[in-house]
Amino acid sequence: MSQSVNYNAVVTVLGKDRVGIIAGVTAVLAKLNINISDISQTILKDMFTMIMLVDTINSTYAFEKIREELKVLGEEMNLEIRIQHKDIFNAMQRI
Amino acid sequence: MFENFEILETINMFRNQHLDVRTITMGINLLDCAAESAETACRKIYDKITKQAEHLVDTADQISREFGVPIIHKRISVTPISLVAGASDIDNYFCFAEALDKASKAIGVNFIGGFSALVQKGFTDSDLKLFDSIPQALAETDQVCASINLASTKSGINMDAVALMGKIIKECAELTKDKDAYGCAKLVVFANAPDDNPFMAGAFTGVGEPECAINVGVSGPGVILAALKEVSGQSLDKVAETIKRTAFKVTRVGQLVAEQAAERLNVPFGTIDLSLAPTPVVGDSIARILEEIGVDTCGAWGTTAALAMLNDAVKKGGTMASSHVGGLSGAFIPVSEDEGMIAAVESGALNLEKLEAMTCVCSVGIDMVAIPGNTPTTIISGLIADEMAVGVFNNKTTAVRIIPVPGKVAGDKVVYGGLWGEAPIMNINLHGSTRFIERGGRIPAPIHSMRN
Repeated sequence: MSQSVNYNAVVTVLGKDRVGIIAGVTAVLAKLNINISDISQTILKDMFTMIMLVDTINSTYAFEKIREELKVLGEEMNLEIRIQHKDIFNAMQRI
Repeated sequence: MFENFEILETINMFRNQHLDVRTITMGINLLDCAAESAETACRKIYDKITKQAEHLVDTADQISREFGVPIIHKRISVTPISLVAGASDIDNYFCFAEALDKASKAIGVNFIGGFSALVQKGFTDSDLKLFDSIPQALAETDQVCASINLASTKSGINMDAVALMGKIIKECAELTKDKDAYGCAKLVVFANAPDDNPFMAGAFTGVGEPECAINVGVSGPGVILAALKEVSGQSLDKVAETIKRTAFKVTRVGQLVAEQAAERLNVPFGTIDLSLAPTPVVGDSIARILEEIGVDTCGAWGTTAALAMLNDAVKKGGTMASSHVGGLSGAFIPVSEDEGMIAAVESGALNLEKLEAMTCVCSVGIDMVAIPGNTPTTIISGLIADEMAVGVFNNKTTAVRIIPVPGKVAGDKVVYGGLWGEAPIMNINLHGSTRFIERGGRIPAPIHSMRN
């Protein structure tokens, strides 16, 4: 990961691997005008794990609304989708 | 920029290890609500709390959603009511408890602490009125918590108050016997009570505190337990280091939430309480941490040493993670609220005497312990006196929250539900000290209190 990407939140997607997860999640983010600065994805024992660093600054939607949309998508696709402000990771993982 | 494992570790702590912020507690000064008319004073109290804390719950919920951090409780602590109500021309303070209860419900928090008095050196007239009002206040309100500071290292132990509390605890039990003496779960007595404790039932806003402040209590036994499973069989140096590192991360969550809450509510940040607070959920237990460290069952020989190390390592890690640490700060060992503690009592490994020893090195004391309902008042006072002495003579906070459940005997069990958990009725040594308790007076402050 480069040091210069702009992002203010982290989206994590956890669930059973299947066709169309990335397409489904990125479509919703695009609809909300959220830029994806970095994306990584692995599959551990059939468990799909995706981490996206995103920038919601240019989105016209409030953080609450974005969170709600992702939650609805998660329920539809049977995935756990979270969006969290990056400061929580800064707080816990950096001195 | 983060590595994937860092992000997943954080997610995992919230998702699988029960990491949460246990409480955001807003401390509110009520000294300016004193009035000659109790009715006026109560109205001012209600108005002030509902105005000051109007956005507390919404703000906490918003922070919770943005950061993905569960925030379990939103609470209020106020100036000890004995200090506020003293100006009023009234003998019974129940109306003050009612005002607090109504305000608490109006703003949507789940508890309000501060039906309190500080009597370590003696009673004011107002303190005595508050004492008399406690049983009714706890029986007839839902969300009000009471606490009394009976002793301090600077002042010694007010043994008249210790004797009186034995009776009041029994009265509380009797008035709430249809709910298994639930009133006693909302009443705690302290030695060296902190002014900025965010945890119930002992939260109140001390007189040196600002007009309003945000104090946050973190939790995290499940996270510590999971981290210790990774260093199974390794030396105690490694265990201490692992606890410290994990406590740092846990506390940083609290610090972030506290800063955000303070900023959004435009109220000063007070302190972070570094306590490891268990819940009855499996995997969120202090006792299980001690067992992971290596004692067979909580209460076995070695338990006090393991707990001392845990408590100390939590503080060391947490201190570096927060700009202001306060409250109780250490490991809590409530019996009914900790699945592993309950199991330890039921297996016979943990008794009250061992629990007392454990309180010498942890942050609170004999907490959420149910005993037979027919326990004499002087036995309860004796137990309190011992616990106060542990605090006063070791220069630390100790507390007693004991529940003599009417109609129950050792081996029975009472279920309070939710975070209060379920309490096995513990056997209590009935060899008493009535003559000691009945002497009254004050146990002088220890020699090491004279530091000037």
